[in-house]
Amino acid sequence: MNALRRHRALSRIWASEPGLRGWFTTVNHTDLGRMFLAVAIFFFIVGGILAMLIRAQLASPRSAFLGPDHYNQIFTMHGTIMMFLFAIPFFEGLAVYLLPKMLGTRDLAFPRLTAYGFWCYVFGGSMMIFALLAGVAPDSGWFMYPPLSSTIGAPGINSDFWLIGITFVEISAISAAVEITVTVLRYRAPGMSLSRMPIFAWYALVTAVMILTGFPPLILGSILLELERAFDMPFFQVAAGGDALLWQHLFWLFGHPEVYIIFLPAAGAISTILPVMARSRLMGYGWVVAAAVSLGVLSFGLWVHHMFTTGIPHMGLAFFSAASTLVAVPTAVQIFAWIGTLSKGRPSLHLPMLWLLAFFATFVIGGLTGVMVAIVPFDWQAHDTYFIVAHLHYVLVGGFVFPMLAALYYWMPHFTGRKTYFKLGNTAFWLIVPGFHGTFLLLHWAGLLGMRRRIDTYESGQGWEAINLIASISGFVMSIGFALVLIDVVINAAVAIRGSRDPWKAGTLEWAMPTPSAPYNFASLPQVTSREPLYDAPDLPVRLARGEGYLGDPSRGRRETLSIEIATGAPRYITIFPGNTVLPMLMSAVTGLFFLGMLLKTYWLVPISAVGVICCALYWTWSLGGTTREGALPVGHGPELLTAGEVADPPGWWGSIFLLLANGTFFGSLLFGYVFLWTIAPNWPPPRYAEPGLDVALAALAGAGLAALGPRLRPGAGLLLLLPGLGGLAWAGIRILTRVPDPTAHAYDATLWVLIGYALLHLAVALVMALFVAARRRAGHVGAIIGGEPRIARLWSDYAVLVSGIAVLAAALPGWLT
Amino acid sequence: MHPAGPAAAIIATLWWVLLIGATAIFLLVAGLIAWAWRRPPGEVQERRFVVWLGLAFPLAVLAALLAYGLVIGERLLPRATPDLVEVRAEARQWDWRFGYADAPGRVTENELHIPAGRPVDVAISSADVVHSFWVPRLAGKLDAVPGHVNVLRIEADRPGRYEGLNAEYNGPGYRDHRFTVIAHDAEGWQAFLRGERP
Ligand code: HEM
Ligand SMILES: [Cu+2]
Ligand SMILES: [Cu+2]
Repeated sequence: MNALRRHRALSRIWASEPGLRGWFTTVNHTDLGRMFLAVAIFFFIVGGILAMLIRAQLASPRSAFLGPDHYNQIFTMHGTIMMFLFAIPFFEGLAVYLLPKMLGTRDLAFPRLTAYGFWCYVFGGSMMIFALLAGVAPDSGWFMYPPLSSTIGAPGINSDFWLIGITFVEISAISAAVEITVTVLRYRAPGMSLSRMPIFAWYALVTAVMILTGFPPLILGSILLELERAFDMPFFQVAAGGDALLWQHLFWLFGHPEVYIIFLPAAGAISTILPVMARSRLMGYGWVVAAAVSLGVLSFGLWVHHMFTTGIPHMGLAFFSAASTLVAVPTAVQIFAWIGTLSKGRPSLHLPMLWLLAFFATFVIGGLTGVMVAIVPFDWQAHDTYFIVAHLHYVLVGGFVFPMLAALYYWMPHFTGRKTYFKLGNTAFWLIVPGFHGTFLLLHWAGLLGMRRRIDTYESGQGWEAINLIASISGFVMSIGFALVLIDVVINAAVAIRGSRDPWKAGTLEWAMPTPSAPYNFASLPQVTSREPLYDAPDLPVRLARGEGYLGDPSRGRRETLSIEIATGAPRYITIFPGNTVLPMLMSAVTGLFFLGMLLKTYWLVPISAVGVICCALYWTWSLGGTTREGALPVGHGPELLTAGEVADPPGWWGSIFLLLANGTFFGSLLFGYVFLWTIAPNWPPPRYAEPGLDVALAALAGAGLAALGPRLRPGAGLLLLLPGLGGLAWAGIRILTRVPDPTAHAYDATLWVLIGYALLHLAVALVMALFVAARRRAGHVGAIIGGEPRIARLWSDYAVLVSGIAVLAAALPGWLT
Repeated sequence: MHPAGPAAAIIATLWWVLLIGATAIFLLVAGLIAWAWRRPPGEVQERRFVVWLGLAFPLAVLAALLAYGLVIGERLLPRATPDLVEVRAEARQWDWRFGYADAPGRVTENELHIPAGRPVDVAISSADVVHSFWVPRLAGKLDAVPGHVNVLRIEADRPGRYEGLNAEYNGPGYRDHRFTVIAHDAEGWQAFLRGERP
């Protein structure tokens, strides 16, 4: 079979549906990556327009352009959109597009999940846009501090849009993170051991794990606040045992890692692009990986620096101040490794490199002002002034937007397969970078002169007028620059001539394919022996197209790729991907109805759509795998391999592990909240404890024992133990709830409801999964009989046993002890 | 940045130190990049960049800075002193009420009276949402959190009027949620405590 015939055969198998239908049914990472990026850019434009409205309003003192009502919605939505609907999804889009290509595989681990996440993002984002257009957008600032954002300060629907819309969008962050983690760990080209992984993949891995552990506190906080708003459960109302500070902790427990979740992908892009531009190799690969990992870990210990002015005890201030300055160290390691890389090579000033220089100039300033505000006494003056506004834009624009522009120009030939012909990009550069510094540099000073953030206008005579006027004019110059970038990208994509395959002479695998890439990425999968495979074997692309790698034979007529051993990269099994389907979009639309029901308080819609989501999910998983055993199959080289359905650790098992990591962080945050209220909130202990009897203890113990044992026995007998076990735990939970019948009485009662509710939900999940696997066994599905499906179900039921055990204990212990 | 009290003065000095240090580091990095750019290609010592510049250099600078910051932090704490004055500030949407330990029952609205030249502890609380008490020329800010009381030490060197602000966004009235601090000389303060309007 020659290269062209192979291309045709593979395209038939992998192609998305033609025309408009293809947009809704595609599960292909190249399509979805592009769609993610396009929507993220759309939100950047919206956020940018809001920024321009802000700057227009602040250009002169006593401006009557916008009143406080509108201004408050505008800055809240600007921050919210930029953080949640632009930066994170832009990273997701880039990773979804690039990772499989860089790693030398054909798609992400869970193609339908990619699509599901994308549509959740689109639907959730549309809710936010609707709120903006209808004039009922959230207006409590992007960190939504209660009580201002709760019913006391915001009785309207505005806050609900934020809490519900953003939570909906976070589904896409979590699903993309699971996806990226499993892909980087298990879906690489054979031979690509961890130490041969492209550096971007390391950064993506760290970022994804951070999303899994960073977002759950926010999701929990949003749920608690929405429960308070909708059902009066007083988590943040001090009179009834709540505490406004709980929100601030949960929010910043997410919010600080968020900053690094935004920065790390950019650093990954820099570490990829800079060596190519400098025509050398990255200096200190191991150090850079270690720096990225330690940034990820450290960033979870810093959140309190956003709360230095809330009256944190003295020792706490010292600790968090030290920790906050410490993160500058791994950042410095990276910066100096990059400078070292430059000095090793012969850098040339292409547009991506120009943007990287802009990154250095901007981000270093942002980092230095960051160290300043980590010093507590200085923060007491600078906090909540324009000094902070300037600092955060130096970090976010310098540390994310500029590197992403470098990435855009660097990978544009890959996206479009064309030469960058028109040079509008250079003009844009010279508008954006000076425009940016003109906008924000002097605003530091305005902050020190006492200009508070979030004021809708100001009086003249305080020395701020000139600064603000300069800032506004520069802001508009910068926007013209961004508009030029957009025009540049569009016309280059539309009319420029076709370019060569590897225009930058890079060494990573994404350049080992014709561009724009075919839907299957690689006609056959490479065997990798170093970090830059293309430098070792310049003829690799041709050999892959000829089918000399793995899985080059399309005769099985289905979407196949290889799954590898995590550390060594040795091939382990064949994964068969699902084809095009509208199911992910459908399921996210039904998920949207669930959130819409909450938003509009049409509560009958909520359970109906929950059932709908479950049905979609069951249908989704039912279609996986087949009923015939295939045994080991040839893959082109070396040993024959089993398919994913016949191994003990299929992709679903790995996905579950990381989903449970996020889930466990959620539960951990809930326990943190419970302990926090107990120890810090003023009106504790509660007037009365739930005092469950011995029956609860016995039921929980027996239930946990049976439910833990069941899945470890023979299938039929196992179910007979599991079901009563889950039942016993559920009964114990419900008995406790009967002792605290009114969740609005005190934050204690409300917390017990959430704890037990969480446990009951997971018991139900375990039940459904066990029955589902049993049904699949009866239907003769290989995965349920000899494959890993029973292990997946067991993972979830073990988790359910664990969390319900802890929940019952945490709920009942105070009552038992007194 | 026109300090009129010890706390604000200490922080203003801190700022100048920070600014000079940051400028020096920025110039160092910029210079290094320029050097790296022009250097002819060839191997360089990885350790020099990663270990010395990347690890040792920031650790040393940060340790020094942190120590300085902590020492200053100590000096800003509300410690017991003999001539201490105690007042209360309660914030609500959108005004301020102040009470005085030395004049029980006395409440002023949007005007805080203090004696000049004496340390004052302000016990800050909130009646509704989160606010923040800030008199830029006298000291840093501290939040008013519902259910909690936070104590901030302020002091004015000279009698006069100082602008006070709420510095935590708190809804549509945020911009004009201000107050005035009136620092009296010793006589004026006694007169105020006796209930005479100065
Ligand atoms: C494109 C140029 C941009 C301009 C001119 C701009 C301008 C501004 C201004 C003037 C504020 C202060 C509003 C106020 O306090 O009243 C602000 C707030 C903010 N901006 Fe931007 N911004 C830009 C881009 C970005 C980007 C790219 C991000 C994030 C990735 C971002 C994130 C934020 C956040 C989080 C806030 C705080 C919102 C809040 O206080 O609730 N901005 N921006
Ligand atoms: Cu932070
Ligand atoms: Cu604040």
